[in-house]
Amino acid sequence: MIISNTDKYTVVPLLVNGTSQHIMIRSADTLLCTLRDQLGLTGAKQACGNGDCGACTVLVDGKPMHSCLQLTIETLNCGITTIEGLKHSPLRKAFVDNWAIQCGYCTPGFIVNGHALVTEHPYADDERIEEWLQSNLCRCTGYQEIKDAIKSVLAANILKESEGRDTSGL
Amino acid sequence: MQYGNRTTVGSAEQRIDAIEKSTGSVKYLGDKFFQGMLHAKVATSTEAHARIKSIDTSEAWKVPGVRAIVTGDTFPFPIGPILADRPPIAFEKVRYYGEPIAVIVADHPYQAKQAASKIIVEYEPLPIVNSVDQAFQKDAPLIHEKSGQYTKIIDNVYPVPGTNIASHIKIRKGDFGKAWAVCKDTFTATYSFNLSDHAAMETRTATVEINPDGRVVVHSTSQSPFTIKKIFNQFFNIDVGKVIVHIPMLGGAFGGKGAVQLEPLAYLASSAVGGKLVKLQFEREEDMMTAPCHIGFKATVKLGVNEEGKLIAGQYTFFIEAGAYSDQAAGITRAAALDCTGPYHIPNVWCDSYCMYTNHPYATSFRGYGHPELTFAIERTMDQFAEKLKMDPVEFRLLNAIKPGHTTPTQSVLTANNIGDAAQCISRAKELIGWDGKRTTSTEDGFVRAKGVALFWKTSTTSTNAQAGAILKFEADGTVSVSCAAIELGQGTKTILAQIAAERLKMKMSDIHVTMEVNTQYTPHQWRTVASSTTFLAGNAVLAAADDAIRQLKRIGAVALQCSEEDLDVGNGRVYVKAKPDFGINIETIALGFKYPNGHTVGGQIIGVGVHVQRHLTPMDKETGFGDPGPWWSVGAQAVEIEWDENTYTYKIVKAVTVMDGGTIINPMTATQQMRGGIFLGLSIARGEAFEFNDQGVIQNPDLRTYQLMRFGEQPGEYIVEFVETPAEDGPFGARGIGEYGVIGAAAALANSLSLATNVELTELPLTSELIWRTRGAAYDSVQF
Repeated sequence: MIISNTDKYTVVPLLVNGTSQHIMIRSADTLLCTLRDQLGLTGAKQACGNGDCGACTVLVDGKPMHSCLQLTIETLNCGITTIEGLKHSPLRKAFVDNWAIQCGYCTPGFIVNGHALVTEHPYADDERIEEWLQSNLCRCTGYQEIKDAIKSVLAANILKESEGRDTSGL
Repeated sequence: MQYGNRTTVGSAEQRIDAIEKSTGSVKYLGDKFFQGMLHAKVATSTEAHARIKSIDTSEAWKVPGVRAIVTGDTFPFPIGPILADRPPIAFEKVRYYGEPIAVIVADHPYQAKQAASKIIVEYEPLPIVNSVDQAFQKDAPLIHEKSGQYTKIIDNVYPVPGTNIASHIKIRKGDFGKAWAVCKDTFTATYSFNLSDHAAMETRTATVEINPDGRVVVHSTSQSPFTIKKIFNQFFNIDVGKVIVHIPMLGGAFGGKGAVQLEPLAYLASSAVGGKLVKLQFEREEDMMTAPCHIGFKATVKLGVNEEGKLIAGQYTFFIEAGAYSDQAAGITRAAALDCTGPYHIPNVWCDSYCMYTNHPYATSFRGYGHPELTFAIERTMDQFAEKLKMDPVEFRLLNAIKPGHTTPTQSVLTANNIGDAAQCISRAKELIGWDGKRTTSTEDGFVRAKGVALFWKTSTTSTNAQAGAILKFEADGTVSVSCAAIELGQGTKTILAQIAAERLKMKMSDIHVTMEVNTQYTPHQWRTVASSTTFLAGNAVLAAADDAIRQLKRIGAVALQCSEEDLDVGNGRVYVKAKPDFGINIETIALGFKYPNGHTVGGQIIGVGVHVQRHLTPMDKETGFGDPGPWWSVGAQAVEIEWDENTYTYKIVKAVTVMDGGTIINPMTATQQMRGGIFLGLSIARGEAFEFNDQGVIQNPDLRTYQLMRFGEQPGEYIVEFVETPAEDGPFGARGIGEYGVIGAAAALANSLSLATNVELTELPLTSELIWRTRGAAYDSVQF
């Protein structure tokens, strides 16, 4: 596909939260910019524009990515999931239940990244949690409640697994 | 006042904003798109101190989509919240690197940004004032040549013409000189640190639209909507009633959004394009370099004791680094002076607090308003003096802790009602950290463990007529909508106000709806959402509004129930006869008035209104500081345990304890969130945050990669938070303010523990490995390259 490298816009399809939608992009548009300006998906935030804070994190084919550092054109053949597509994630509820939210600005990025973590590593230990979440900044909470939220979902994973084993053993 | 039998106040009600925030559906200002809006960007100064010889905008105009370029000559008058010393856009000279020099309006943000890079400015460089020490020197280059001529917006600001002193505040209590001469022992030390940043995750944003009929509609990420109205009136001559300010939920603020900077820029930009809606959103680098930051600080503390180890004399010299303009630093200079002693009883006090201009970005309020800074100096001194006196630092603090009956530095009289229990706070913190004397222990892995404590206090230095109002509107179904100009910036204030309303009206939390967005046209006036004052001011206003609504409910209830108003009570969604609780009427039946069977109706919608204004506050005397600057003093103690690695010069924070007396706690979980978040913020600043300047006054770390916030995994291994609840008779259900307090003792406690672990007295921030290495090198003169 040829995308004009000027001020001109090209219409392309983008698969977001399971729905394919047509958008108009310039070659220089970032995924963050497209999601927010064209699709109204404003859950992902621009807080540094530099990949330093993680507030813009979305899933690209299941992998957490900084959408401020990704060009929209690079993601045309991918499946994108934003915080708006994670309403049923157990981690979303865990953030509410564990008081992991204050101003809420970093919250979407943390939930998206954390969701990927608990999905990809259902038995993640503290070291892995730390490694994954160091990419996201929060200025309000002090991280303890966020850690509690992640661990509560991981503990539920382990509980489910052990229940599963018990049943199969009977 | 009744403190018992509460249902909602004192319980951990879920935050009313949590679900919406968890789904990413909250619209912060940057998430709002207005049809046809234009975008503004600032071009900023590339010199820290220089005369502007010329500004060439011709290349910038050639960028497609550019609609206007505004420079300083459009509005060459200085503005400010305390001392009007700052032109919104630099005029004739620039005073810091990053100062706005032009605002460009274009159809798209990238066009405006491209044009901003094509503004060509010719400068005549001036000598740079790169520190407060340099600023204070005789014959230092002057940053504001006309400082004596600036308009004073509020009292208690005293610039010294012909110097770089933007304000000089004095405290004279007792006779310091006489007391100092008879002290049995004395201790003197000096402390300092650089400017740093709030770094709220949401960067500052404002939009302005000027309607053809003259109304000015502002949307802003501000903590001070009514200050915006005042400033637009004072400086742009617009009727207060014609300025309408909208504030959505904020993505963190920490005091940094109390300053009014973007709104005047967006107003000038909108004026330049015929009043069209213009949005100005700062990128991170602009939010750090161009927008106001956290003060720098230098302090010399001199303390003297009598034979019993009781403090009898204290002298404090504070230099508050304001940067290029005084903004709130002038107020912080005063706030630091009036609480200069920390929570200690000292009969003879001498304080000189100076607000100093430098050629650095200008500073504004930061969570704690001068108190984390002064507490660092005081509490480090208390530790070192205790060592000299061979006393346990906790015992030394207990011996001198301030109590009811004592007076503050401004000679306010403390009572059992207006101050928390300092001694109990530090005693409990001592237990929770496991304090067993000032000593280190070694772990099996060869690390050094050490603990440090800090005791602190603060009052809310509001204006003497600071106030808040609330409107409680009953809906047709008997539920209540609360409207109040308290701003939700992450602290949970809307939840707290809902709890206060629910408690007084004896209703369920789910029947209280709080408007999240503030619109100054229909929300009552509120001073600002700063200074830990909202629970106290707005909470009392909600109580007054609830009482007003209860009176109205009883009046209509008395008609419906054919009895006297005095016979009635309100609760659980009903108005009922006290003596016969089964006999009553549902509020929904009378919320919009009571309708007789024949259709005639009496009453009408129940709308309760309430206002609360500060009582009996006074300005401070210019020569002595004498006055009543705040309503109460919340107190607290914090303790930190660290693990120091001698081989790598690094450390971990093992435990962080906060014990806070903020009166009655309305919601223990939101209060705990504030305390944990507070100590975390304080530790993050203390451990690694400061702007680094080169010799040209240019910030070397203006982004979140090089400016190091504490990241996940670096936080304390364990947070412990407890509350002592000494009620304030005049607070809502006995509550005082707590919002800022968690941050106040953090730096001091960390520095005390680290000084012990490293065996060297640390007097600067941030507490980096390099600082420790340098300090040890200087102390022992043994470190070689």
